[in-house]
Amino acid sequence: MAFVGDRPVISAPTSATSACTQPAVASSRSLAVSFDRIEKRFGALFALRGITFDIQPGEFVALLGPNGAGKTTLLRIAALLSTPTRGRVRFVAGSRSAGAQESGDGIPGESAKHMIGMVGHNPLLYDDLTAAENLRLFAQLYGLDDPAACAARGLESCGLADRANGIVRTFSRGMRQRLALARALLHGPSLLLLDEPGTGLDRQAAGWLSGTLERLRSQGCTMIMSTHARSESLDLATRAVLLGGGRVAEDTRGSDPQLLFQRLRSES
Amino acid sequence: MKLRISLTVIVAAMMIFAGYAALFIAPDERTMHEIQRIFYFHVPAWSASFTAFFASWIACIAYLSTKRDRFDWLAVSAAEVGVIACTIGLLTGPLWAKPVWGIWWTWDARLTTTFILWLLYISYLLLRGLIEEPARRATLAAVFGVFAFLDVPLVYASNRLWRTQHPAPVMFGGPNSGLNPMMGKVLGFCIVSVLCLMVIILVDRYRLEELRHEVDELRQDAETRALDAQNAQNHVSTAR
Amino acid sequence: MSTARAASIVLAKELRLELRTRELLSATLVFALIVIVMFSYAFDPTPAESRHYGPGLLWIAFLFAGSLMLHPSFAREQAGDTMDALRLAPISSFSILLGKMAANFIFLAIAELILVPIFAVLYDVRLMGVLGPLILVFALGTLGLVIAGTVFASISSHARMRELMLPLLLLPVLAPLLVAAVQATRALLADTPSLDPAWVTFLAAFDVIFMTASWLVCDFLLEE
Repeated sequence: MAFVGDRPVISAPTSATSACTQPAVASSRSLAVSFDRIEKRFGALFALRGITFDIQPGEFVALLGPNGAGKTTLLRIAALLSTPTRGRVRFVAGSRSAGAQESGDGIPGESAKHMIGMVGHNPLLYDDLTAAENLRLFAQLYGLDDPAACAARGLESCGLADRANGIVRTFSRGMRQRLALARALLHGPSLLLLDEPGTGLDRQAAGWLSGTLERLRSQGCTMIMSTHARSESLDLATRAVLLGGGRVAEDTRGSDPQLLFQRLRSES
Repeated sequence: MKLRISLTVIVAAMMIFAGYAALFIAPDERTMHEIQRIFYFHVPAWSASFTAFFASWIACIAYLSTKRDRFDWLAVSAAEVGVIACTIGLLTGPLWAKPVWGIWWTWDARLTTTFILWLLYISYLLLRGLIEEPARRATLAAVFGVFAFLDVPLVYASNRLWRTQHPAPVMFGGPNSGLNPMMGKVLGFCIVSVLCLMVIILVDRYRLEELRHEVDELRQDAETRALDAQNAQNHVSTAR
Repeated sequence: MSTARAASIVLAKELRLELRTRELLSATLVFALIVIVMFSYAFDPTPAESRHYGPGLLWIAFLFAGSLMLHPSFAREQAGDTMDALRLAPISSFSILLGKMAANFIFLAIAELILVPIFAVLYDVRLMGVLGPLILVFALGTLGLVIAGTVFASISSHARMRELMLPLLLLPVLAPLLVAAVQATRALLADTPSLDPAWVTFLAAFDVIFMTASWLVCDFLLEE
């Protein structure tokens, strides 16, 4: 994805890209994420206790672990929705080919928000607005040129163009999740955070999700996805990090994560 | 520990003496006689409550600036002490006013400010009771605490402005309105004693919060160790 | 993006949502109307009494109705976690707060525009000569109500019993505003109407102080 200042360059859409992004070139910019001794407590409860690992640009990290392991908390910290009690998260620009390029403190939080997209547990959509209105609103909030066009392209890419004027409250879970992903991709993020995106999706929607994630991965988007060992999209992951009791229990790093997935599948 | 006990004993002695002084040493007031002696409890209660609320406000600001738990503990302790003192003030006032002025209450600047302050800090304590998560509770209560005390000069000013336009009886004149020097000394001693009493109570309340926090930490620590031990048994950790 | 621009986007969203659901405005209107009518019914005031007590009644009705109306501005966002969506975007916390304040101001202003004439009719009060100053007083008073109310709505949305918590927090804090607004309104509705500069200045000062305090604490309101 190319940037001019903080804004993505708008290009003519190809049939399968999300709104307002440009098909990536080999040396596209990506975001590297660095977790440095992250701790998060809620009162006496420690959700995260010393998480430290680096994510290279373009990696697709599968975040695994039982419920309560701290996956959602870590994702929220990465999305800058939550501030860690201790430690910090850093974002560094880089490219898939060149790796992360150190530049002091990295990108400051406020600017980083332009490059981060998140699909949470909840769709994060306004139930009483239409699909088009929702996308237009977020396009405006991200400061995109021509929000209406961005919204239209977003709807097209997630296959909801014919339901543009439908109230989100009437949508099925699958449709909402598709719209949520379109919303997350509106501004062409370099880092995509997904919190169990496949939950409650039927086979068709799950297939669409996998397809979209695969395309994003090929475009060099850095992705962190929290998921269960039995999820379909796991095949796309380049790395797996297993959380346990608020700490990193296992990290496959450069090696093939499939072994870990198979082991976890057989255990559960 | 020994220091606290001895301080408590000293303050208790001061309070007993203050009570004795108020009832027996202070000279009889010309017009109101015995009833006037409430003055020696009422004014100290009011000063103590105002001081406590002010301390709570400062603690709230300090918490928001530094996010250190001890300021939150101070804020809630001071607020509770302030509410107690304020309640005493609000109860003793009308007890004095009714026999002397014939009315229980009037909306003059001081009374209004005291009453609103009392309401504000009761709301503050209620708010704290209704937010479960400690960090959020501390932050949001501190925000409200800042707004609450900020309101006080506004309440006072609005009342003064109102009363210049619509005069009404002002109770309790001022503490300097023709005060016999002996009365002044007794009053001064009572104020100091009550303030010391409030400080002792505040310190104990603060200590209670501190201990609660320690207990939570210890419990969490124990759970962590149990969890880690279990994890070590179940998994073989690869290099991190 | 500038704060003003971001706030106007949030404002537009709030307005569109309200237009779609129409929950707040109707509830506010009906509640305030009930209070105003019930007072007349219970006390059956003479015209002189109306003029004396009317302003106080009017402002109390707005204060209570406002407390009810302000609550959903944050509580509504909790249903679908849409607050997260707003916070994900690269806009400041103050712009979110400002946008909501502006929306609440507009809703309350609309309610007042409808209710004050009704009040004038029920209580036989002359508004025509003092319309301009009256609008000024109502604008300043409503602004103070909305500023403090939106901040406290944010606070109480995280507490249990939140519908009850908001009036508990808000009404004591607004006591000076109530006095100032009532006195200023009464001066305007008196037999010889006059705009009292002292009270108007007081209202303006109240608004400035609370807006500044809101700006200082806005990050704490929305942080996690």
